[in-house]
Amino acid sequence: MSGVGSTEPQAEDAGVDGGFRDSSARAQLLLTLADDELILGWRDSEWTGIAPTLEEDVAFSSIAQNEIGHARALYELAASELGTDADALAFDREPGEYACAPLVELRLLDDWALTIARRFLYEQADRVRIAALTASSDGEVAGLAAKIDREEVYHRLHAELWAERLAGEPRFAAAVDELWPYALGVLEPEHRDELARLVGRELVPAHERGVHTDALELLWLEMTEVRRSIPGAQW
Amino acid sequence: MVTAEQVWAAIGEIPDPEIPVISLVELGIIRNVAVDGNAVRIELTPTFLGCPALEVMRRSLEETVEELGAKPEVAVVHDDSWSTDRITPAGREKLRAAGLAPPAPRAAGETTLVQLQSKAFRCPYCGSTETRLENIFGPTPCRSIRWCVSCRQPFEQFKTI
Repeated sequence: MSGVGSTEPQAEDAGVDGGFRDSSARAQLLLTLADDELILGWRDSEWTGIAPTLEEDVAFSSIAQNEIGHARALYELAASELGTDADALAFDREPGEYACAPLVELRLLDDWALTIARRFLYEQADRVRIAALTASSDGEVAGLAAKIDREEVYHRLHAELWAERLAGEPRFAAAVDELWPYALGVLEPEHRDELARLVGRELVPAHERGVHTDALELLWLEMTEVRRSIPGAQW
Repeated sequence: MVTAEQVWAAIGEIPDPEIPVISLVELGIIRNVAVDGNAVRIELTPTFLGCPALEVMRRSLEETVEELGAKPEVAVVHDDSWSTDRITPAGREKLRAAGLAPPAPRAAGETTLVQLQSKAFRCPYCGSTETRLENIFGPTPCRSIRWCVSCRQPFEQFKTI
């Protein structure tokens, strides 16, 4: 986070004229976090109404609402720097401009084991980076990260409860194995050791951020349909 | 010319949109009121960032200040300085009377499952601490669902934030 607030060489690129790719390191960091939370919130909300139990229906709906709320606050912070607004950042970019990690893009509907494995792995990865952000010298970023973490506590409890319940189940173990390289890709390389320690696994080559999965395009089409039909629409 | 006291008194009447038994002021989420001439700046922290009632709260605050003849500015503060510990004693009693158990105090460390399963949670109907966690999540982000073993009644528990 040492680059936050810096007016060093990249200052010339900090404007919005060249699009979001030219934004500052701070705005890019906020967009990365916000995109992860928005896309995962969208994916989790796909279980609303059809989760295996009523309790999980409520849990996934509430978690999705929280994640999208975090995305909104993060987009707002980025938007004030980029001279735009949160809705434009969430819905008016092209799929290639989103910075989300492949882990959150995957459409896991109809596979509860993978869904729970993703929730578990994502929350552990998120805990590592949020902890780093709460120590940021940027007061706005640190304050928002601390507020987000208060809510994420409940997501982690939910995920850990499931991980405990499913411990020893081969299907869950296989799901965690399958998603582990994706989970590593949520974090910058310097934070991956800590994630591996938290979940008791070995480092493997990560499924890196930067190349989107095919799943994102379809999600994007659905997510942006209203704004593409009526530019600037709010609902 | 409006005073800060008048603004506090007026916004003290605004109910929470989702839990109308308690006011925004009793909920403790009004962080500051600053009056500068005819301009009134109110700082507000949402209980949860995804709270859908945020825009309703903002409009209610703006309208109330306008009714006092002043010009409102409502700023949303996103940091960790608000906690459910800020709900006033009167507000906690109103929550309980409405069947919504008030939040446990914020612990020094992170909330754990053991804490959620402890006897720190009291049934708002019969007062028993023989209650158990049914679901960490509930009808709004700020609530959990618990079950009272004594009076055999489910109830909503305000989450500690």
